[in-house]
Amino acid sequence: MYVSVKGGEAAIRRAHRLLADRRRGSRDVAEIGSDQIAEQLTLAVDRVMNEGSLHDRALAALAIKQARGDLVEAAFLVRAYRTTLPRFGASRPIDTAEMVVERRISATYKDLPGGQILGPTFDYTHRLIDFGLEEASETPGPEAADALPVTPGSTPRVTELLAREGLVEVEPRGEDGEVGDLTRSPLRIPAKRDVRLQQLARGDEGFLLALGYSTQRGFGSTHPFAGEIRIGRVEVEFDVAELGFAVPLGEITVSECQMINQFSGSAKVAPTFTRGYGLAFGQAERKVMAMALVDRALRTEELGGEVIAPAQDQEFVLAHADNVQATGFVEHLKLPHYVDFQAELALVRAMRAEHAARAEADAADVVEDHFEEAAE
Amino acid sequence: MNAPTPTPATGYAFAYLDEQTKRMIRRAILKAVAIPGHQVPFASRDMPMPYGWGTGGIQVTAAILGRSDVLKVIDQGADDTTNAVSIRAFFQKTASVAVTTKTAEATVIQTRHRIPEKPLTAGQTLVFQVPIPEPLRFLEPRETETRVMHALADYGLMHVKLYEDVAKHGRIAKTYAYPVEVEGRYMMDPSPIPKFDNPKLHMSPALQLFGAGREKRIYALPPFTAVKSLDFEDHPFERTKFEAPCALCGATDAYLDEVVTDDRGGRMFVCSDTDHCEERRAAGHRGAMLADTAGNEENVR
Repeated sequence: MYVSVKGGEAAIRRAHRLLADRRRGSRDVAEIGSDQIAEQLTLAVDRVMNEGSLHDRALAALAIKQARGDLVEAAFLVRAYRTTLPRFGASRPIDTAEMVVERRISATYKDLPGGQILGPTFDYTHRLIDFGLEEASETPGPEAADALPVTPGSTPRVTELLAREGLVEVEPRGEDGEVGDLTRSPLRIPAKRDVRLQQLARGDEGFLLALGYSTQRGFGSTHPFAGEIRIGRVEVEFDVAELGFAVPLGEITVSECQMINQFSGSAKVAPTFTRGYGLAFGQAERKVMAMALVDRALRTEELGGEVIAPAQDQEFVLAHADNVQATGFVEHLKLPHYVDFQAELALVRAMRAEHAARAEADAADVVEDHFEEAAE
Repeated sequence: MNAPTPTPATGYAFAYLDEQTKRMIRRAILKAVAIPGHQVPFASRDMPMPYGWGTGGIQVTAAILGRSDVLKVIDQGADDTTNAVSIRAFFQKTASVAVTTKTAEATVIQTRHRIPEKPLTAGQTLVFQVPIPEPLRFLEPRETETRVMHALADYGLMHVKLYEDVAKHGRIAKTYAYPVEVEGRYMMDPSPIPKFDNPKLHMSPALQLFGAGREKRIYALPPFTAVKSLDFEDHPFERTKFEAPCALCGATDAYLDEVVTDDRGGRMFVCSDTDHCEERRAAGHRGAMLADTAGNEENVR
């Protein structure tokens, strides 16, 4: 008769076994290797590294396998692992001007030093499902001209070209010293730009995309131009105090976007172009473009504008960008809430009873009134 | 516990978090204890459980747990709800601590949505899992605003809201997460415990710690802190009352869960605190549903 949710222990064990079974799928199909994910689902791996806030391709690929391809779940796995890692310090700022460029485009200049390089992009593909991919086949390598140089050549950033003419704001040099890290100190609003950019870099791609899009549709317009998007390898260097010089740690691939935004000036500042900035691990073009739009929108107040749209609102954007937090809190609604629900049930029942009693009394009054009138 | 002890995890620090993180959390806890009811920001970590599953409580527990502690974990008052089972197993795995379901035996009790019925004693610590630590959040969504309100003890917004409840519904229509005032200073959200449990917060001999992981806040009620549920002179705070006693143990002073027994309106009320209920039954108390089957509990469970 009294059947409740008991035996949680056994239920959890069986659920986990079922989960592992569903992850594996039909045993008639070869099991996917995390090396295959790392090599052939690279953009998924990039996204998981960004939202998981950890540059480790092998780990992200394994997380994708474990998460059955659920990228938010995979990012969550990476985040939880990241918690257990010691932190030695912060690297030197990477120099994207010294990038080994694989892709570099500017929407503001037809041609520019370093040239326009399309690189591996979906941009001009026709989105026709390629049924040829159903069968494994030989894929030819890139043309010789597209082999990446081993050593970086210097490709000046578009914003620097504008800066020489004084047409774009001079990026205020960050204060020396500690870079903010919201995984080590909680987010405080108003947040400085370093922390804002960190939260955006960790933030959910879909959320940033929607916010960036909203600025284009009039909810806090920033009049953006894609000044430059570049993707390629950069070296990461780390200052070792004992040695007194920087030691290269290795190379990572990053995507960078510099949006250039029209700005009509304020009482203090002459009309100029302003910037929004996006940077992410791997090839994450959509992410960095959206991030750059949102970064600029979040600077509204600092540039003397009025905060009226969601994308301009620090509390709104920064508090809700993290998908690991968001998915946790949304999904926690499936945990039991029967204690609180019981309390609400009692209240609603009591209020309904009062309501009914009142309605009855009112009805009785009406009848009485009616008789009184009739008597008159 | 009948369940097998999970094998200890290797490669992780005691209670999962590294020592620096635990120190950071302990400092936040100390500050919280020094300023009862005040929300202290802390650098909450990403944990291997989802946000909303108790990451704040888990981090607080991890930071205060010692090898000789005895841990009890409850969710909705029960030790055997899936999430309570999962959190308990996590600490068995990462800290190899002793666990119990008995309130009296525990030194640390982590809870979601309830305070045990058995009065807590000095030396015990109750750790609450908190979803939204800010009592004013649903009246003012901005942290920048609510921070100022707390600084100025400007709680008019809440009093107006409670007054509107009285004007509209004839009573304060808040049944859980019922706001309290701590030592005449800070307004505090007691986490979503039913207001039935609010009086237990007052002058408790136990240390009460509140952890909100996603919101990155810790707050505390040190032992013997005055905690007052907000009310009005002409509308005093009232504890939720139940019409029927517990169907299993006959308790009349416990919070009860309503269990739907069939699809024809049949229902029974049983203790939400499973340990309390079991203890009473072991002491010979019998509720209406047990009267016929006294001494044969297996059939009932």
